[in-house]
Amino acid sequence: MHEARAIDGRSLVRRRAGLRLWLSAGWLGLLCVVALFAPWIAPKDPLAQDLFLGRLPPFWMAGAEPGYWLGTDSLGRDVLSRIIHGARVALAVALIAGTITCLVGATLGLLAGFLRGWVDMVISRLIDIWMAFPPVLFSILLIAVLGPGLMSIIIAIVVIDWTRFARVVRAEAMAQGAMDYVASARVAGRGRLGTMMREILPNVLPTIVVLLTLEMGIAVIVEAILSFVNLSISTDDPTWGGMISEGRTSVHQAWWVLVFPLVTLFLTVLAFSQLGEGLKDRFDPVLR
Amino acid sequence: MPVLSILLVRLLTTAITLAGVAVIVFFVIRVVPGNPIAMMLPPGATEEDIARLSALYGLDKPLVTQFGIWVSGVMQGDFGTSITTRQPVLDLVLGRLPATLELSIMALVMAMILGGAAALTGTRFRGGRTEGAIDVANGMALSVPDFLWGLVLILLFGVLWPVFHISGRVTPSLDLPFTTNFYLFESLIRLRFDLWADIVAHMVMPALALAIPLAAIIGQLLKQSLKETMNLDYVTLARTKGYGETRVILREALRNAALPTLTLVGVQFTFLIGGTVIIERLFSYEGLGNMAIDAVINRDLPLIQGIVILFAVIFTGVNLIVDLLYTVLNPRLRHA
Repeated sequence: MHEARAIDGRSLVRRRAGLRLWLSAGWLGLLCVVALFAPWIAPKDPLAQDLFLGRLPPFWMAGAEPGYWLGTDSLGRDVLSRIIHGARVALAVALIAGTITCLVGATLGLLAGFLRGWVDMVISRLIDIWMAFPPVLFSILLIAVLGPGLMSIIIAIVVIDWTRFARVVRAEAMAQGAMDYVASARVAGRGRLGTMMREILPNVLPTIVVLLTLEMGIAVIVEAILSFVNLSISTDDPTWGGMISEGRTSVHQAWWVLVFPLVTLFLTVLAFSQLGEGLKDRFDPVLR
Repeated sequence: MPVLSILLVRLLTTAITLAGVAVIVFFVIRVVPGNPIAMMLPPGATEEDIARLSALYGLDKPLVTQFGIWVSGVMQGDFGTSITTRQPVLDLVLGRLPATLELSIMALVMAMILGGAAALTGTRFRGGRTEGAIDVANGMALSVPDFLWGLVLILLFGVLWPVFHISGRVTPSLDLPFTTNFYLFESLIRLRFDLWADIVAHMVMPALALAIPLAAIIGQLLKQSLKETMNLDYVTLARTKGYGETRVILREALRNAALPTLTLVGVQFTFLIGGTVIIERLFSYEGLGNMAIDAVINRDLPLIQGIVILFAVIFTGVNLIVDLLYTVLNPRLRHA
């Protein structure tokens, strides 16, 4: 009886895994479309202030103003339009910072894990040093050094998070490097670089893709945290973190200024990580 | 390798790590634009004033000399003087450390309780709906970081149903008789349960925000190893003796399944401590992390250095202890 239930449960899990893969991909796809066409989709100018329309509630509440679907903040700016425009920064950071971090981290991890020796020693010591920094504090420090702006955020994320890739890929490459097929490739006359790129890399790739998806979610959070401590782009440009930071201070007067960007951010981070988890279940027997 | 030589190797790599952290933080923050001295002086201060004050803090010397002075000071326990408050960095940092330690440990305990409960319930009712529900909750908790959980908790239990405090460490109007900064601990020792309750009501929300992701990790890993243990022969033997399922899990399986989880908890605990930086900011909790962010904003270079070094010491210390415990607890590794 136990057995039958377990099997049933497993197929349920698989069906649910497929569903969550589609749901998260759907949400992220929608977000991409919204970000691309933000100026045409957003009902209002995200920067337009109107002090007479400050802290309007969302459309279903008494006192709402037509056209301001999710209400306005204390300066009378449209919350929905700001969320839509904020998606641009969030996705830009996720895609660009995620990809560069992945390239840097995976390359270093691959080199350390495959070449071993002094290369591995240097890279491993660097990873140790990086792991001894509190990441949030490190990112705030870097932004203070680099100055605010999209570019600085991307650099900060790459500088801090490469270890996430390097650690896992290094371990993976080591495990793969010890296998027979690698030895036979070397015997068959492949060079070191060729073995690494043609034999090891394809086998580590599924792991890297999963990590990349997870990293994109992390990048969105880092941007939000930096906006929250007022170190992100600039205070005018709409970002989800900036909206959250503002909403936090006026949460007792106008909860919607905090809730809507928070829900958006929450769903986006959840979607990235569920996408990663879903891909992991599908393609990668190692990380499971 | 005997335990002693493992210890020596680990101490050496820890020293290298700490030295690396010191070098990086020192030189990185000195690239920061904005002269900290100029920010200290009132507007209208002359170049001469700035030069005099820079000399006072040693900021006029070449970078490498500054680094040498700082490192030799640190070796003697002198972390310099904070530029904004003009107090010794060590005093400031050690004054805030208890707040952060209490918060982290409370969060760790919460994570172990929540994660343990999830794993035990999931194992007891494995294969059914309950386990499915626990898996989904675990997945959610794991996917979303502490910062977002903090905001969610603020909304739920600070605004929607305001049962807990969402700002500060203790109600400011209260008279505190404490001699140390371990408020939670000291209020208990002094039997001031009124104060203790107030402090706990302030700490629950930030601690829970830190605990949720770790609880999910503990829950997942412990459940996995519990389920593996449940298939072992000795557990089957206990079952044939007629013990109930709950008793078998608690008395027989848990002890063996807990070790891999415990070693993981050590590493994850350092991530949790790192998370206090933003969580303390979010809840205006007067700990080390909150002070660190202020120090960066105020360009208080000696204070930033001190805090980063302290965090690094804590992180490497926790990792060192976990490694040693693991070596001692796991006899196979001792002779590897």
